[in-house]
Order: sequence, then structure tokens, then C-alpha cells
Amino acid sequence: MILTNLESVPGKRITGHQGLVSGSTIRAKHIGRDFAASIKNIFGGELRGYTELLNESRKEAVQRMITQAESLGANAIINIRFSTSSITQGAAELYVYGTAVVVD
Amino acid sequence: MGVSSLFLTLLVLGFIFGTLGEKMHFQSLKQREEKYKNIILSSTKTHEFVENSHHATLVTGHVVVALDYFKRFASIIVNITGGRVFSFESLIDRGRREAVIRMKEQAYRNGFNSIINVRIETSNIGSSAHKKGGMSSIEVMAYGTALNRS
Repeated sequence: MILTNLESVPGKRITGHQGLVSGSTIRAKHIGRDFAASIKNIFGGELRGYTELLNESRKEAVQRMITQAESLGANAIINIRFSTSSITQGAAELYVYGTAVVVD
Repeated sequence: MGVSSLFLTLLVLGFIFGTLGEKMHFQSLKQREEKYKNIILSSTKTHEFVENSHHATLVTGHVVVALDYFKRFASIIVNITGGRVFSFESLIDRGRREAVIRMKEQAYRNGFNSIINVRIETSNIGSSAHKKGGMSSIEVMAYGTALNRS
């Protein structure tokens, strides 16, 4: 599966469009990480726990998008966009979407 | 009495460790930016080397950074008086540069030498400090398509 946020796949020709595919996941942080983050809020700097959490979640969202694209028979996803929104306090939604295409 | 001395302690601790941490972070950013300067970034969708490139993949970089206690307090003061919110300026600068560097690292590890169509997104993720008014930790993500220019 080729992933790109361009409108075409470099070096390949698009032979078919399979439509919009997307993946999303909503994650909450667990209490241990929350506590560690509140300590970090005094000293400032990177919140590694959250970086990891969001990283994992985003990978999962991408995986869901790939699964959907595979079920449509596509072999590449173009024009990928990411978005993050905080739904309630302490939970974030990670959303990724793109266009599934067939390339040769 | 107990509350105000705790507040002062947190303020001093935040100032010392926050400033120190920021200094170190900026130093490491500078070093790594120097190391990966060969990787060319572009925010355009097309580039002259797109046509003769046969391999492309998505690369991403993320980071969550937080303010320290002192800077948060300073930003509350600035919110009253108005003006440049210096504490957020440096926070966002750190976040963006770190996210871009991580994206470049990923491209470098996979053997690419340029990234096109770079997009940078910033979002505020609410934390327990949210109640005290305003954003305190931000998430920055950078993504783009890694290519090999010939």
C-alpha cells in the first residue's frame, strides 16, 4: 500500500479511483500518564507519554484506513489529510482520510 | 501560608527547570537541524523532481509540549496587560521545530532526501491545567511525502 499526501503517485499512473477512505480513533489518557503529565506541567517540556499515546493512536487510525482501502481493492491512498480534535476534556479524536486509488 | 509558599516553590522550580530544559532543547534542535539540512522541504505539491521519482511514502512527526509553571503564570499576567505572549511563542516554536525534525529523521532513516507537500498542524490538547484558563500543552504534527531527488 502506497501512502502519499500528494494528488498523484510519483512515477506511477492512476488507473482507477475507489473513493474516499478514512480511519478514526478516540483515545483517552490513562491516569498514570495523566499524573506524570501534571508533574511535567510544572517543569515544562515534552510530554513523552502523550506523544507516544497520540503516535500509537494515529498509527491505528492509519491502519484502519488502509484496511478499508484494501477491502475496496485499492493499492495506494493519495491526498491523505490528518486532523485532531479534542472531544471532551481528556480525550482526543484522531482522524485520517484520503482517496483510495489503483495504480499500475 | 502553606498554599502561598507552595505556589512560590512551584513558580521557582518551574522557572529554573523550565528555562534550563528550554535551553537544552533549543541546543539539540540546532544540532539536529544542522545534521539533517540536506533533506529539502517544500510545501508545494509539485516539484521538478517529482516526475523522475519512482518511490514515495508518507512521513510524519509529532510532539506534545507543555508550558512550565512560571511561564503559565506569566501568560496569565500578559492576558491582563495585553501584548506579546512570549511564553507561548517559544513553546510553539519548540513544538514546530521538533515535529519537523522528527519527520526529517523518519525520512532520513528510510533513505529519502526530500519531503514535499509538507503540512504542519497544531492542536491544543486539554490537560488538567486547562481549568486555569487557556492552553497549556499543544500537539504539533508535521507530515509530507518523502521522495528521492535525483
